[in-house]
Amino acid sequence: MPEAAANEAPGASALACRELVVGYGERVVLDRISLELASGCWTAVVGPNGCGKSTLLRALAGLQAPRAGGVSLHGRPLTARPRRERARRLGWLAQSPAPSDLTAAEVVGLGRFAHSGWLAHRDVDDEAAVHRAMLATGSLRWAARKVSTLSGGERQRVHLARVLAVEANVLLLDEPTAFLDPPHQEDVARLLRRQAHGCGVAIVSAIHDLSLALTADRLVVLGEDGLVGHGSVPEALAGDWLSSAFRTRIDVVEHDGAYLWRPAVRSGAHD
Amino acid sequence: MSGASPAVADRLPPRARDATARFAVWLAICLLVTALLSLGGLLVGTTSLGRSLHWLLAPDAQSAIVLWDIRLPRTVGAWLVGALLGLGGAIAQAVFRNPLAEPYLLGTASGAALGVTLALLGSGASIGALAWAAELGMTGAAALGAGLAIVLTVALARGVLQTASLLLSGIVVGFLLSAITSLLLLAKPDLWRTMQVFLLGSTGYLSWSAVAVLGAAFLACAIPAVLLSRGLDALTLGEDTAQSLGLSLPALRLGLLAIVVVATAAAVAEVGVVGFVGLVAPHLVRETLTVNHRHLLIASPLCGGALLQAADLLSRWIMRPAELPVGAVTACLGGVYLAMLLWRRARNA
Repeated sequence: MPEAAANEAPGASALACRELVVGYGERVVLDRISLELASGCWTAVVGPNGCGKSTLLRALAGLQAPRAGGVSLHGRPLTARPRRERARRLGWLAQSPAPSDLTAAEVVGLGRFAHSGWLAHRDVDDEAAVHRAMLATGSLRWAARKVSTLSGGERQRVHLARVLAVEANVLLLDEPTAFLDPPHQEDVARLLRRQAHGCGVAIVSAIHDLSLALTADRLVVLGEDGLVGHGSVPEALAGDWLSSAFRTRIDVVEHDGAYLWRPAVRSGAHD
Repeated sequence: MSGASPAVADRLPPRARDATARFAVWLAICLLVTALLSLGGLLVGTTSLGRSLHWLLAPDAQSAIVLWDIRLPRTVGAWLVGALLGLGGAIAQAVFRNPLAEPYLLGTASGAALGVTLALLGSGASIGALAWAAELGMTGAAALGAGLAIVLTVALARGVLQTASLLLSGIVVGFLLSAITSLLLLAKPDLWRTMQVFLLGSTGYLSWSAVAVLGAAFLACAIPAVLLSRGLDALTLGEDTAQSLGLSLPALRLGLLAIVVVATAAAVAEVGVVGFVGLVAPHLVRETLTVNHRHLLIASPLCGGALLQAADLLSRWIMRPAELPVGAVTACLGGVYLAMLLWRRARNA
């Protein structure tokens, strides 16, 4: 799908950050984080509330200026790239996108902003990209409806379509499965996997649901004291990273080749 | 994903054509109303309607002057002022993401009035029929005042661009600058009387030279505004999302606020402070149409123009043969509209 993505060898580092320090005011949220995020790979960012998942994604997207360290996109510093070029290569989905009076088709069309620009009329490529993205997310039915009249889950799928319409080769998604019911969460997971494996896109998403996160290719596990680990799912499970991050016993069982988080029926671990 | 039926999937925006058709019908109705109001603008005055109609059908030298050099520039000028205010309001509401933002409530209009007052005090000219170069000078002075007001308002609200504090600081700045204008005028009793009418907002002084300046200002504001409308669409998705789409927010905001300043300044320099048109026009558009910003920025000026023409007609009609300041009419009607709006929001909340 995205032309540039085809040039990237799968596994090559698409997005990397080195010694990243990010904070608000007095508070340092991320302290010296270094990550290499590969093309063709879906990485889930997991961790307890307030550990800095959103901050990490915002910093990687260039929306939050780091205090130290830097982010590089395909080997070049993010800040060195022109704004529109950056927007064509890197798509970003907010945790709770603002309600808008625009129609769903118009919102998805805005994903083509960096391609078509201010004056240019949307061309055939743009229309096709919008159509593909809405079809892929099952949001075509609401194309002419105002986004503000859609349910939370419907709106989420429209915004996901907007991000896909960018046809960027790096996607940063903050809770793309929020507001979705479980079957639709699975749909989104399948869609992300297809984008990563089929189109060579690097996808980094914060995922709240642990079982869903365990279906990703790799995990970035954040705890309150910073990065616990970054690696494949078996690596994360072998090192028991989740338990360290959440500071409580996290049991994961394997069932038919899938990892499932098993909630403790009676947790005596703390309180 | 689950269940987008192929039948629906065939065509892209299934009802987009309906929306365009609705917009076209809306525009046609708005233009028709404007045409009727313009005719009214020619007919309503100190003479009786029958006499005006007779003049219109069989003009003589004197009636030609009344119709074409007094009433026509007045009604065209009123449309342009309304259009500028409607445009300014629509942009302000989008930039500040605040449905109550408009040139009057943001203090911009008061700043422009202060600029005009200072220019008049400095030059010793009197408000009234000015040569077009002087009109342009007044507009420039008004723009400086309006720019100052918007900087003060944003600074006072500490740049927080989407909260109630913005409106509050706009009102504070408006009061402050109006008070300075009043103090300056107290020192010059001879200016006080003419300026009183001006500060209340009056369409009575509109001449062809004023129309020329207003028309130029309208084109200079409306064309770039419509070109920037896609950025405003992006801004409705939130600042982070807009930025991630490749938009430079500071540049976009600066450009759009400059348009608001010029639109307000041009309007205020010609007719004084006319409140609420900038608030009501975009609201009426949004209530009757599903709009993106391109449509909104085209429809709001048309709606604002018709509104001010109607207010101008009312101001001439209510106390015939005397006339009210048009600003008083819009303040009454706009105040009622604002009250309704607040009441409805409170009930829905």
